[in-house]
Amino acid sequence: MVSEQLVDLSRLQFAATAMYHFLFVPLTLGMVWMLVIMESVYVMTGKPVYKDMTKFWGKLFGINFALGVTTGITLEFQFGTNWAYYSHYVGDIFGAPLAIEGLMAFFLESTMIGLFFFGWDRLSRRQHLLVTILMAVGTNLSALWILIANGWMQNPVGAEFSYETMRMELTDFWAVLFNPVAQGKFVHTVSAGYVTGAMFVLSISAWYLLKGRDIEFAKRSFRIAAAFGFASVCSVIVLGDESGYALGEAQQAKLAAIEAMWETEPAPASFNIIAIPNQEEMKNDYSLHIPWAMGIIGTRSFDTEMPGIKEILVKNRERIVIGIEAVRLLEKLRQAPADDATRAAFDKVKADLGFGLLLKKYVVSMDDVTPEIIDRATRDTLPRVAPLFWTFRIMVAMGFAMLALFGLALWYSIKGCFATRTWLLKWALWFLPVPWLACEMGWFVAEYGRQPWTIYGVLPTHLSVSTLTVESLYGSLAGFVGFYTLLLVVEMYLMVRFARQGPGSLGTGRYLNETHHAAAKA
Amino acid sequence: MIFDYPTLKLIWWILVGVLLVGFAIMDGHDMGVGTLLPFVGKNDEERRVVINTVGPHWDGNQVWFITGGGAIFAAWPLVYATAFSGFYWAMLAVLWALFFRPVGFDYRSKIQNTTWRTTWDWGLFVGGAVPPLIFGVAFGNLLQGVPFHFDSNLVSYYTGSFWGLLNPFALLAGVVSTAMITFHGAVYLAHRTEGDIQRRARTAALVFGALMLVGFTGAGIWLALGNFGYVITSAVDTAALPNPLSKTVVQQGGAWFANYREMPLTLIVPALAYLGTAVGMLMVARGRTLTAFVASSFAIVGVIGTAGVSMFPFLMPSSTMPAASLTVWDSVSSHRTLGIMFWATVLLMPFIIIYTSWAYKVMSGKVTTAYIRENEHSAY
Repeated sequence: MVSEQLVDLSRLQFAATAMYHFLFVPLTLGMVWMLVIMESVYVMTGKPVYKDMTKFWGKLFGINFALGVTTGITLEFQFGTNWAYYSHYVGDIFGAPLAIEGLMAFFLESTMIGLFFFGWDRLSRRQHLLVTILMAVGTNLSALWILIANGWMQNPVGAEFSYETMRMELTDFWAVLFNPVAQGKFVHTVSAGYVTGAMFVLSISAWYLLKGRDIEFAKRSFRIAAAFGFASVCSVIVLGDESGYALGEAQQAKLAAIEAMWETEPAPASFNIIAIPNQEEMKNDYSLHIPWAMGIIGTRSFDTEMPGIKEILVKNRERIVIGIEAVRLLEKLRQAPADDATRAAFDKVKADLGFGLLLKKYVVSMDDVTPEIIDRATRDTLPRVAPLFWTFRIMVAMGFAMLALFGLALWYSIKGCFATRTWLLKWALWFLPVPWLACEMGWFVAEYGRQPWTIYGVLPTHLSVSTLTVESLYGSLAGFVGFYTLLLVVEMYLMVRFARQGPGSLGTGRYLNETHHAAAKA
Repeated sequence: MIFDYPTLKLIWWILVGVLLVGFAIMDGHDMGVGTLLPFVGKNDEERRVVINTVGPHWDGNQVWFITGGGAIFAAWPLVYATAFSGFYWAMLAVLWALFFRPVGFDYRSKIQNTTWRTTWDWGLFVGGAVPPLIFGVAFGNLLQGVPFHFDSNLVSYYTGSFWGLLNPFALLAGVVSTAMITFHGAVYLAHRTEGDIQRRARTAALVFGALMLVGFTGAGIWLALGNFGYVITSAVDTAALPNPLSKTVVQQGGAWFANYREMPLTLIVPALAYLGTAVGMLMVARGRTLTAFVASSFAIVGVIGTAGVSMFPFLMPSSTMPAASLTVWDSVSSHRTLGIMFWATVLLMPFIIIYTSWAYKVMSGKVTTAYIRENEHSAY
């Protein structure tokens, strides 16, 4: 049996490398459209300040992008290195969107980014704008395919288990593509990226305004960021709600855990604003709730009941019991594949095979299963409630706080007096880290909430890992975290340095802080 | 779906080959340039020239690696799972070496400081030299068979060690691979530069081209004389649902030459390795650098193709449980997935080739010190 330590370390390594990666991705997703907007204005008006804006924000974009690429390499290969059984078990479905992402999106993005930086003097204005647009399209298509892959982990549609090949196999590619969970997640995730890009430009521009330097450059950047950010944050919130709705159908346990909803309430269920969930006793030690709110959000109706955790667990226990039979029949089928009766019996119960596999965390053979072990496996189907409950709420609160900020920034941009509203500029400056925190919490909710599954309802996490040694995992985890942290420090150093220097770093002679480079040049 | 399952399995062997060759040609030349960077660039300005020959392109080229990984995942999930988890530390060494490239390229010239820049130069050297070395070592091990087995649920277990991978034959394969990539990079560098740098690149091309020829020949002789090769001893049903445990396999010396004996036409592939390298060396010496680059690209087709043809239909033979060996027939995805991925690849690849060619055309011409001075703030 696989040691729990190995599973935990493998999870930790994936979480660490993915979360590092997602420090850089959202900024890329958002900044790239801001560059498109700025450059479009440049092409339309011919004003050099917009070219400078595209180039300067592009420079910061590039510093960020480099680490996005670096940390992204790991993720393409880590399924193989650390999640070998997962890769075998679902590669038939999961590998395809990853490969198509490379072919359709990442090639385009990466080729165009080279021309974006080096093509200014070799392309016409329109050609260069086209390059920037293609770079943005590539970036966003890339996110689409990755989220189709991730959406399938959350809601594995269009696939079926094959006992001959001992894995899941694709039955309907279009179902995987138009998976409602994937589509909702895609728009929610890229919108969160747009907010991050907008906040980045808004904050740094606000800082220039507070310092009273590069005023015209900063004002124009601030306005674009305010408008783009406001539209994006609205989209994040609306589509986040849409994701929640899709989730209610696909992953009841996750949704109930996020809401710390232990009991099934008469419709429409109430919404807990604050709660102290008690996992052992399956109740909330304290809660403050709004009547009706949850039922309306989760089911979009007044009369549909939402199952509470206890009810979901009762159903899961039934599925585990059927799953035991499925595992037994599968073992028989592997020995005698030609036996039609066994196959017919297996087909009846194979939808619950994954639930039977949950027991393999505790026993090798289904003969050793006891009711206590079934109870333990049943409890496993519920992720830890408290961390999900709280990270979700902090994420949502941050989303609304950013809505307020962008709303006011847009309002004062339209009125034309934002540059003198010091409180607004300070708010914008101090909110710089907020979208990143919200993004990371969003992913935490999505992936921690997926436990104990890698493929929801199909493949348990503890079966998915590679058969590596614990020592190897300690070594690689330390290596990744050490290497990434070092690179992050270098990146932050460069980012701060160039943000401080400002558009003067372009060496055009139109901005502050050009002396250093002018001297270096002479 | 137009193709039947056996045909698609065969097509995917070719397509993965195309992607690997594409990776070696495209990302290979900028890795070769990275390997040569500290040696052909004698001062900061020269090094910036060297770096900027691949500056606009390395990122797009690296996607061949990412896409190759994704395609192996999609088409050969068992190979993706077994090889990358088995070669765990080798794979991590590749990834960690590659980490130096994006940051090395982008960050190096953003700060005016010798220590800073020299550090990144060596980072780019590591990112250029280590991956081809390890890929070569990996192929060297595949040719010998790898110690792994499956249980009845197809969970794979690798029983070798990282140090076991570094055996003499595998190291020789690593030398061949590194020499091939460095040769290719040197030819590219000679094409995109002039003066001193071009002269040094030309010398490097001749040295590494020669090393590649000697190494390739040596590895061939070793393969012929040593006890290398596996054969499937049970009947092969190429249309069967993939199950790597349904066959029997034995280890047999000389088996890696069987395909050439049965189909002498396949000898074109190793011949291409020799011809491409020889023509490449000749042309680079005569200053016809573009022709030389085409020739060195063909040499790469020849070298990687030789490994593939020799082992066919094996992809990853197992030395400890030969029956578990992974082949093009029994470690593939389903018929449907292979079909969809075939069309995705065939439809998208022309676009990739078109816009990549356009990018090279836009950025064509020699990179000079004058260019670096003019673009002080925007060049790498």
